[in-house]
Amino acid sequence: MKIARGSRRISGFFKGIAMALALFSSGATAEAQPGKIEKLVTPAGIEVWFIRDDTLPIISLNFAFDGAGACQDPADRAGLAYMTASTLDEGAGDLDAKTFHERLERRAISLSFSADLDTFRGSLRMLSDDREEAFELLRLSLQAPRFDQEAIDRIRASVVAAHRRSLTNPSEVASLRWFASAFPNHPYGRPVKGDEASVGGVERSMLFAFVKKNLARSNLKVAAVGSIESKELARLVDQVFAKLPEKADLTPIPDITPESLGRRDIVDLNIPQTTILFGGIGLKRKDPDFMPAYVLNHVLGGGSFSSRLYREVREKRGLAYSVYSYLSTLDRSGLFLGGTSTRNDRAVEALQLIEEEIARIAKDGPTAEELAQAKSYLTGSYLLHFDTSAKVAQQLLEIQLEDLGIDYIERRNKMVNAVTAEDVRRAAKRFLADSKFLVIMVGRPAPLAKSNGG
Amino acid sequence: MSAIAICAAAGSAAVLLPTAAKTQPQGLQVSEFKLANGLQVVVIPDRRTPVVTHMIWYRVGSADETPGKSGLAHFLEHLMFKGTEKNPAGKFSQVVATIGGQENAFTSQDYTAYFQRVTKENLEQVMTFEADRMTGLRLTDEVVLPERQVVLEERRTRTDNDPAAQLAEALTAALYVNHPYGRPIIGWMHEIRQLSRESALDFYRRFYTPNNAVLVLAGDLDEKEAKLLAEKTYGKVPRVAEVAPRMRPIEPEPHAHRRLTLTDQRVQQPSMSRYYLVPSYRTATGNEGEALEVLSHVLGGGQTSHLYRALVVEKGLAANAGAWYQGTALDATRFGVYAYPRPGVALEALEAALDDVIEDIAKKGVDAEEVERVKTRIIASTIFAQDNQASLARIYGAALTTGLTVASVKEWPAKVRTVTPEDVQKAAKNWLELRRAVTGYLMRPQTVGAPEKRS
Repeated sequence: MKIARGSRRISGFFKGIAMALALFSSGATAEAQPGKIEKLVTPAGIEVWFIRDDTLPIISLNFAFDGAGACQDPADRAGLAYMTASTLDEGAGDLDAKTFHERLERRAISLSFSADLDTFRGSLRMLSDDREEAFELLRLSLQAPRFDQEAIDRIRASVVAAHRRSLTNPSEVASLRWFASAFPNHPYGRPVKGDEASVGGVERSMLFAFVKKNLARSNLKVAAVGSIESKELARLVDQVFAKLPEKADLTPIPDITPESLGRRDIVDLNIPQTTILFGGIGLKRKDPDFMPAYVLNHVLGGGSFSSRLYREVREKRGLAYSVYSYLSTLDRSGLFLGGTSTRNDRAVEALQLIEEEIARIAKDGPTAEELAQAKSYLTGSYLLHFDTSAKVAQQLLEIQLEDLGIDYIERRNKMVNAVTAEDVRRAAKRFLADSKFLVIMVGRPAPLAKSNGG
Repeated sequence: MSAIAICAAAGSAAVLLPTAAKTQPQGLQVSEFKLANGLQVVVIPDRRTPVVTHMIWYRVGSADETPGKSGLAHFLEHLMFKGTEKNPAGKFSQVVATIGGQENAFTSQDYTAYFQRVTKENLEQVMTFEADRMTGLRLTDEVVLPERQVVLEERRTRTDNDPAAQLAEALTAALYVNHPYGRPIIGWMHEIRQLSRESALDFYRRFYTPNNAVLVLAGDLDEKEAKLLAEKTYGKVPRVAEVAPRMRPIEPEPHAHRRLTLTDQRVQQPSMSRYYLVPSYRTATGNEGEALEVLSHVLGGGQTSHLYRALVVEKGLAANAGAWYQGTALDATRFGVYAYPRPGVALEALEAALDDVIEDIAKKGVDAEEVERVKTRIIASTIFAQDNQASLARIYGAALTTGLTVASVKEWPAKVRTVTPEDVQKAAKNWLELRRAVTGYLMRPQTVGAPEKRS
């Protein structure tokens, strides 16, 4: 079938993106134009990637502190970044937690912070009319957090309760075990949310220290989409971020490749299914072979209903509801991960089947038709990541964090289309060829019923 | 929050209907019309990006199944991906994958829906495929039997792996003593095992017909274009069945509070939850549904809510606590409250504190200021919802398959505005009565005299 490119009628405020994808290339512009990415530099010198969109009276602000995620947690205080993120909106300045939340709610402002392994993020969403109040509350939370002991204890209790619940969630159990085994002597091996002991030891002074040390202008990335003048946005952004410390004092995190490859661990959990998580060495985001590897993974176990793993494990044999693989691009490690869940007595069979499929695609690569279809899917679906202002703001932030360049949106589909069969074979050799994976099985897989921990 | 709909494929999260985001904000030009074959069409223009969300909703869900065949509506949803006379198994999905579309489907108690999200120039093609499978499904045991295994695995993943999900299933079953909402959407294990190709096709022939469906198109198109495409594709599908009014057995007036306890060695974090039988938006009179919505926020919607303040902040008994209302349902529905105890706190003590909070609202009422705050949030959420065409499509589709109308969705924010503190108090008094409820405890088997220790 024909894939239309370049001939579609473009309408609306995100047309700049649609055009960048389909029609022409252009760099950053000085003036805000509807639907175009503007690289705004505030009077204080903060860079903001911004798209003006007046269709709706709302503003989405997404920001991140690069490298300031859980990898910065002290070795015995896993969960500190996560606790900081969870407690940062529990009161600030003169406002206690209750008053702070009431102020947010009165104007229907959404403010949230989060932390993953590499990154500390925040997002702010408001009706345009409420922008002064929204940015003021954000400013307070970053510049004058209170971290009242009451709030810390309360948030700690909810983190601990969530941790306890996760102990019976097979996917979470598998993931924690995989990372712990793959990175035994590296921050990536520690749980982002910590555990009872590590979170139990988090003290008030540590939260203040985390903010002071890690949240700075040097590692700040900002993206915004919505109904606001760029000048005013610049003023509000400065109000929030200009007074942060100039330079983050990040602990350097070394590059690392996963260990324990070739090992198969069983975690005993009394459930009717076995959840399998396998993983090995992948490629980092900046690797020249990343895009070929990404296309290859799509054929193997990527998102659509037509991947090889989906077909073999689910469609043909009914072994599982879900089966997938993906490339995980951490700042310091590229990973290839995948998994499925299947009844205990067929878990070994399912794993073997997956390993055979991986070996087959590693050896022969995808067929020409599969390759063409994967590229067609990946290019055709890219626009679907840009149909809400919240998603657009998210994309603009991720592109900054990955350091892909402001023209990435217009280059990206060309990069996918440029991938050749030869590229894919080369990439396959780099991360699938030896098929040595660390495999975690959570459940009671038979006949391997012997457990080595749990 | 409890998931009320489940999907054909993993990877997409279970669908939580954003009841708080039921919407019709200013400026949104939603239109509707009907084709000659009875298909209802709703068009929601969003011209910002050349993308369209295409959804077909059938007015059939797990509550429309024949007793003994639980899970059939959901099983059929899976089988709808297995090909038609014109298009062999996998072709539709192959095409969607090739054009870079996203697709999936989900089943609830009251509806079954299928969707694709595609760039505009591919819309007609997916509409043609979807119209074809409205009446053209062909099934062989070769594809049906493995898919039944898939559904069994889905049940294990969603429910049987997780004691909390098992308790939620048991609570729902206990709450409804007569109405089929008591059955799990995915079905009971032993009944899923018995579902056959024939029963799936019988069900399909009874319910899959244009006069029992709603087409929702949200995105880069207008009413005129929508009409043209709908006529050209769905307009050709014959009406193959007459559809009877959806009369399910009605719940009797409840008299007895019920209690369930699920004890399991796997439980690491105990919890308590309670469901009340309450009116849905469709069965409510006046602004009762909206009052229940506001009540759910005042009582348990986040950090400033009564439950959170009392149980988590002031008394320090709970790690978390909240409330929810599932207003989008054809028949009498659920209002839920839940709390997770902190270490060393007995579930009984937690429940008593929760009862105090509810009694306090029923007796003393709530502040005008907090009701205003909640109403502001709910109404603003209808503006935020406009940012997402896929959410809008879901809001309208769910409303129209649970007895509501486009007009009622549009009027929703105005109706929320009419809710007074007295209405909220009345809702608590009238509906949050123990005799209307089932309360569940999730816990480890207890050793007598050994309270849980904080580690």
